[in-house]
Amino acid sequence: MAKLKFTIDNQTIEVEQGTTILQAARMIGGKVVPPAMCYYSKLQGSGGKCRTCLVRVAQGSSKDPRPMPKLVAACRTEVMDGMVVENLTSPDVVAARRAVVEFLLINHPLDCPVCDQAGECDLQDLSYEHGSQSARFEEEKRTYEPIDIGPLIQFHPNRCILCYRCVYAADQLTDKRVHGILYRGEKSEISTFISQSIENDFSGNLIDVCPVGALTDKTFRFKNRVWFLKPMDAHRDCPKCSGKVALWLRGEEVYRVTGRKDEYGEVEDFICNECRFEKKQASDWIIEGPRSITPKSVISQNHYRVLSKPHVINPLKDKME
Amino acid sequence: MERKIILEHIDVKGIRSIEVYRSMGGYDSVAKALKSMTPDEVTEQVINSGLRGRGGAGFPTGRKWSFIDKKSNNPRYLICNADESEPGTFKDRYLMEHIPHRLIEGMISASYALGANTAYIYVRGEFKYIIGILNQSIKEAYQQGFLGKNILDSGFDLDIYVHPGAGAYICGEETALIESLEGKRGTPRLKPPFPAIKGLYDCPTVVNNVETLANIGWIVNNGAESYAQIGIGNSKGTKLISACGNINKPGVYEIEMGLPVETFIYNEKFCGGIKNGKDLKAVIPGGSSVPILPKELILKTADGKKRLLSYESLSEGGFQTGSMLGSGGFIVYNENACIVRNTYNLSRFYHHESCGQCSPCREGTSWMEAVLHRIEHGHGKQKDIDLLVEIASRIEGNTICPLGDAAAWPVAAAIRHFRHEFEFHVEHPEIVKNIRHGSLAKYAK
Ligand SMILES: Cc1cc2nc3c(=O)[nH]c(=O)nc-3n(C[C@H](O)[C@H](O)[C@H](O)COP(=O)(O)O)c2cc1C
Ligand code: SF4
Ligand code: SF4
Ligand code: FES
Repeated sequence: MAKLKFTIDNQTIEVEQGTTILQAARMIGGKVVPPAMCYYSKLQGSGGKCRTCLVRVAQGSSKDPRPMPKLVAACRTEVMDGMVVENLTSPDVVAARRAVVEFLLINHPLDCPVCDQAGECDLQDLSYEHGSQSARFEEEKRTYEPIDIGPLIQFHPNRCILCYRCVYAADQLTDKRVHGILYRGEKSEISTFISQSIENDFSGNLIDVCPVGALTDKTFRFKNRVWFLKPMDAHRDCPKCSGKVALWLRGEEVYRVTGRKDEYGEVEDFICNECRFEKKQASDWIIEGPRSITPKSVISQNHYRVLSKPHVINPLKDKME
Repeated sequence: MERKIILEHIDVKGIRSIEVYRSMGGYDSVAKALKSMTPDEVTEQVINSGLRGRGGAGFPTGRKWSFIDKKSNNPRYLICNADESEPGTFKDRYLMEHIPHRLIEGMISASYALGANTAYIYVRGEFKYIIGILNQSIKEAYQQGFLGKNILDSGFDLDIYVHPGAGAYICGEETALIESLEGKRGTPRLKPPFPAIKGLYDCPTVVNNVETLANIGWIVNNGAESYAQIGIGNSKGTKLISACGNINKPGVYEIEMGLPVETFIYNEKFCGGIKNGKDLKAVIPGGSSVPILPKELILKTADGKKRLLSYESLSEGGFQTGSMLGSGGFIVYNENACIVRNTYNLSRFYHHESCGQCSPCREGTSWMEAVLHRIEHGHGKQKDIDLLVEIASRIEGNTICPLGDAAAWPVAAAIRHFRHEFEFHVEHPEIVKNIRHGSLAKYAK
């Protein structure tokens, strides 16, 4: 298949037809990768909604070098041959991303200290990198009555950023879908069909795909902070799913079981509820070894592995030149 | 400058019935198109006529048709967008109520040009009486052989269905409309792919406004050149303008493009001047989503030329000193109008109607409404005015569909042209608080 030449923030790579800007950027890795809150490569149709991945197409293609008039969603725009994209090198993109973060935060409760997602929350990371120190939103935040969606998953509507990931997951991973989005605009909310609970062999994956702490694991809530736990790769022979999981241990005790997430926070294999909620003994599992966690994540704090040699730091270098 | 194409014969008694409509030459274009023209020839006529979409964006109609994916083996669809949701715009329902066959006649040649054997009229559910009228007209057209199998022995088949929507502004956006027609939540799709490639049921689809389609019969009958001679510059033909607000004669008027705005407002044939002899303050010329213009800029452009009712003239100067023709919803405000209150009302509307899919629109529209609510009710601060401009600029251009822009423009334009009114609200909370204060001019020292 023909390879297409693609450049983002001055780095060039060859990719296959059909690759999106986000996927191509992820192949390069590092700072050129736009953040993504609603896109999830494993969920068909996801992406395009949150607008955190907006980038500027400075050159459409070598055939038609005109820039695109508006910023585009990197997660849903396909690469063309000779396309040149600006991510952090475009002031417009940086401004738009700050805008989106501000919008996402105006109604978010920012209750990180008591939120189970703290430490592995995409919104936390995004605010850290693109947020501002002070808020301009003075009105009251949107609040909801909690909605009970069953024995395994706790739903905190206040924290939901309406990324639709759980809707796509429910639609695509579980049969008999009972949950989706109700109402419109800022009043939209995730809910279940006439107070049904979500009980389904694969429903636990909704927790993993949620980028914030809106859907959390009832069997783990408030039991521990994730950065005190040791994530281990483990597997078991499971008739329903691949059985490949991350076990989160403290000492010998299994605190929670999740899918194994890649560096972009996406699970590699969706797992079944039995693996996630019922196998809470270390002896249920064949433990492969510690998961590698990127050094920038808070989860890697106080851990047992030095992942890379520190760079040589020379603070005087600039001054000497 | 009063030129009737669409509303021709509207005053003929009984024109709603197919017999009377046909006695006035109605449906002649169908025979002409289906029997003496190829589909490409029909498209070519529409391209050469210079007709632009009347739903708001003004995209050239023939060009849109020419994008339809002819290589696809899937069926093709024509959808008539009769959702008519923009506040201030009420021309399509007038047309459908009084002369429904004009639309159906146009849809037949349009479907023929596109190779569509099924067409839908997606109509706002609240227009219940119009749904009845349309269904009756469609029935008549079937009875007289203009719909159904082998129309006029031409070998061309067409069925038209009326589909009532539930009445959500966003369902007027063409991709949300398609989702809704498919029986789903009416939320816009990401483009590309455009409907011409992947539309209804993933098949090639064209979505056109009622008024756009109502022009097709005349173009087929009289030829592209005759149509292109009407109007001015790249604004060809006539335009239905629905005029409302503080004028003597609100209503729907068909004008030849290029009519001076001043004539439209003051001439007896049209709006007939401002009610009770008051002074004109401002006009929203193209439906609530387009920028408002103060008296000076709606009557004349920034460089002193007469402002005309045409795509080019209304947008002259960009958003700094211009606006848009949009869907032709002409809303007139007299000297007593409070621009802040009006902007707050519009903002309430866009907040209420945002579909909620994308963060800038979902959160931004509610934030703007909240800030405007504060200012209008005497709790605003000076910095809120700049904050509004900021929020608007951060929504604009960053959303999936143009509803975000539509919510941002009225706010940005109101502050651009009437900043002093916003400042007055902030400085004199005791005057604006909880009373119907109307114009603030009377309070100014
Ligand atoms: C929020 C929103 C609402 C819209 N509502 C309408 C409408 O009620 N009627 C309409 O014809 N077009 C509406 N449009 C424009 C349509 O998306 C589309 O451009 C139009 O129907 C195309 O027809 P035309 O090319 O004949 O103008 C709306 C667009 C947006 C973004
Ligand atoms: S609950 Fe989580 S996954 Fe679902 S829409 Fe809200 S933020 Fe997204
Ligand atoms: S701009 Fe508003 S209405 Fe349009 S898709 Fe986004 S949220 Fe929905
Ligand atoms: S990740 Fe692209 S829009 Fe959300």
